Amino acid sequence: MNLHEYQGKQLFADYNLPVSKGEVIFDAKDAVDACNRIGGQKWVVKAQVHAGGRGKSGGVELIDLPESARDFANKWLGNRLVTYQTDSKGQPVSSILIEACTEIKSELYLSAIIDRDSQKIVFIGSSEGGVNIEDVAKNTPEKIIYEGIDPDVKDVENHAINIGKVLKLNEDQMKQFIPMVDNLMRLFIEKDLSLLEINPLVINDKDDLHCLDAKINIDSNALFRQPELVEMYDESQEDPQEAEAARSDLSYVSLDGNIGCMVNGAGLAMGTMDTIKFYGGNPANFLDVGGTATQERVAKAFKIILKDPEVSVVLVNIFGGIVRCDLIAEGVVSAIKEVGISVPVVVRLEGNSAEKGAQILNESDIKVESINNLAEAAKKAVELSQ
Amino acid sequence: MSILVNKDTRLIVQGFTGSQGTLHSQQAIEYGTNIVGGVTPGKGGQMHLDRPVFDSVEEAVSKVEPNASIIFVPAKFCKSSILEAANAGIKLIICITEGVPTLDMLYVKKKIDELGVRLIGPNCPGVITPGEAKLGIMPGSIHMPGSIGIISRSGTLTYEAVKQTTDLGLGQSSCVGIGGDPIPGSSFIDMLKLFQEDDQTKAIVMVGEIGGTAEESAAEYIKNNVTKPVISYIAGQTAPSGKRMGHAGAIIAGGKGTAEEKIKKLKECGVHVADNLVSIGSKVAEVLE
Repeated sequence: MNLHEYQGKQLFADYNLPVSKGEVIFDAKDAVDACNRIGGQKWVVKAQVHAGGRGKSGGVELIDLPESARDFANKWLGNRLVTYQTDSKGQPVSSILIEACTEIKSELYLSAIIDRDSQKIVFIGSSEGGVNIEDVAKNTPEKIIYEGIDPDVKDVENHAINIGKVLKLNEDQMKQFIPMVDNLMRLFIEKDLSLLEINPLVINDKDDLHCLDAKINIDSNALFRQPELVEMYDESQEDPQEAEAARSDLSYVSLDGNIGCMVNGAGLAMGTMDTIKFYGGNPANFLDVGGTATQERVAKAFKIILKDPEVSVVLVNIFGGIVRCDLIAEGVVSAIKEVGISVPVVVRLEGNSAEKGAQILNESDIKVESINNLAEAAKKAVELSQ
Repeated sequence: MSILVNKDTRLIVQGFTGSQGTLHSQQAIEYGTNIVGGVTPGKGGQMHLDRPVFDSVEEAVSKVEPNASIIFVPAKFCKSSILEAANAGIKLIICITEGVPTLDMLYVKKKIDELGVRLIGPNCPGVITPGEAKLGIMPGSIHMPGSIGIISRSGTLTYEAVKQTTDLGLGQSSCVGIGGDPIPGSSFIDMLKLFQEDDQTKAIVMVGEIGGTAEESAAEYIKNNVTKPVISYIAGQTAPSGKRMGHAGAIIAGGKGTAEEKIKKLKECGVHVADNLVSIGSKVAEVLE
């Protein structure tokens, strides 16, 4: 689960990390008052979306009049921001963060992520912060440090010093940086983060370290013990169909083809998409009904798939392990009757009670092609889609 | 021979009396698995499925001498259940539950490595040695005893590979679902090592998917350490790259993790790559000819 920058900075402030004075607004009429409360002569206004690359796309502006904050809010609130990290539709903007402007001497990069390879929390740091950090990593890897830290570490000082050296910090900055890494580590562990990124971490005009951005992703599996973070969830940042699917415990991703797919298991769902492509077709979606697909979920899945007007055929591929194919077949029959499906449906059932499932489909009065062989089923779906 | 489990495996079930624990224990018993008891705190002293229930793994260890445990407890309790089994001296733990927090697994992985415990999963279908023991949630009927070792990150995709090798009459020595989580208890490499040493295994099928670098690392290991033929399939060749947050993920992946990159690396290291999900079985047959 992603957080907005303003939510991330609230967490940063809770953990004594240096952030700018700022306010978030949801209505343009609050912009001028917010600027006045923050004070000073210059402000930064930032559209809040779950994506990076906002600066290059006009989603961040430096202003010196409070009225400009109102204009910026009027321009963006209710609209969508497209950046190179979003899809072509962009992300909706429903809040604006207004902050006191920070004078920047230099821009650094700092992030932390769980690294599958080393099985540690890895801090990534570079003296070359800002927008082109991926190029820095690719072209001058010696300018990047990867510092792995065990989650049960007692003292991070030596790790912090290793990172601080690569960030080229002076003695005073290093004194700020050691407790900063300690606080970031506590934040990472106590809030179950899977990603934390400060880009840029800057040296300001007083030569102090300062966090200018905050990107935070929380491990979705750990939300049961993070109730205050669940409150921060912004569903508007998710694709509406994907969010609806998620509420029914279905994993759905919309794609640009015309063959609707319903599969149990993420791996098999990807494999089914690959098979469709292999035979010259184009999947309309990825949909995992889960290892324990039920009749209700199958019905819900059909409804979600058919909301996509491009879908001209549906391929159901269920390998029954725990789930019994005869129950799935009954689910398919009742879903088709309930939803009133006008496109052809190809069903491949295998594994637990597959023969009985096929029999149910064949004996029903609905029009489905029941094909036990995956290659044949995929070919049939491709043929019907053309 | 086989790997990890066989007819001598003495299994206990953690979360024995819950609905998942009950369903899959019943099926495992029907398959012939030797379940010697189960653990459900607060229900010690009862009998369930004709087996004794204990309050703790420690108690089960002293009473029925298990050498393996399978875990069906809810995700929020998995960390303590795995550590309980490991601390009680169980050397093979299989965690089926999905949704275990990643940080919990970071702690668990470090601890079990220190204790020399083998953990399979979490978020996996388990391990089966056809005809001998089923420690997991896979459908027993699609398996048959044979010569192919199967390792996979995905549940239902494993079944697909199993079915294809059964249909061709090759059968399986053992099948291991290592699970799809970022921090799995065991890796492809751990299982490749066991299959390489196993006499019954003539060829190994490794089913991977996009994301992470486990397949790339496995490819490198195969090149240097595995003499048996390895056949691989990578799911997600047509998956689009999603929208993303920030740069850290891309930096740490360093261009790895895509299906294209994985397939290239596997081929370079001498692995036979099936270009399609439906041709895993035929690729195995072709390689073994």
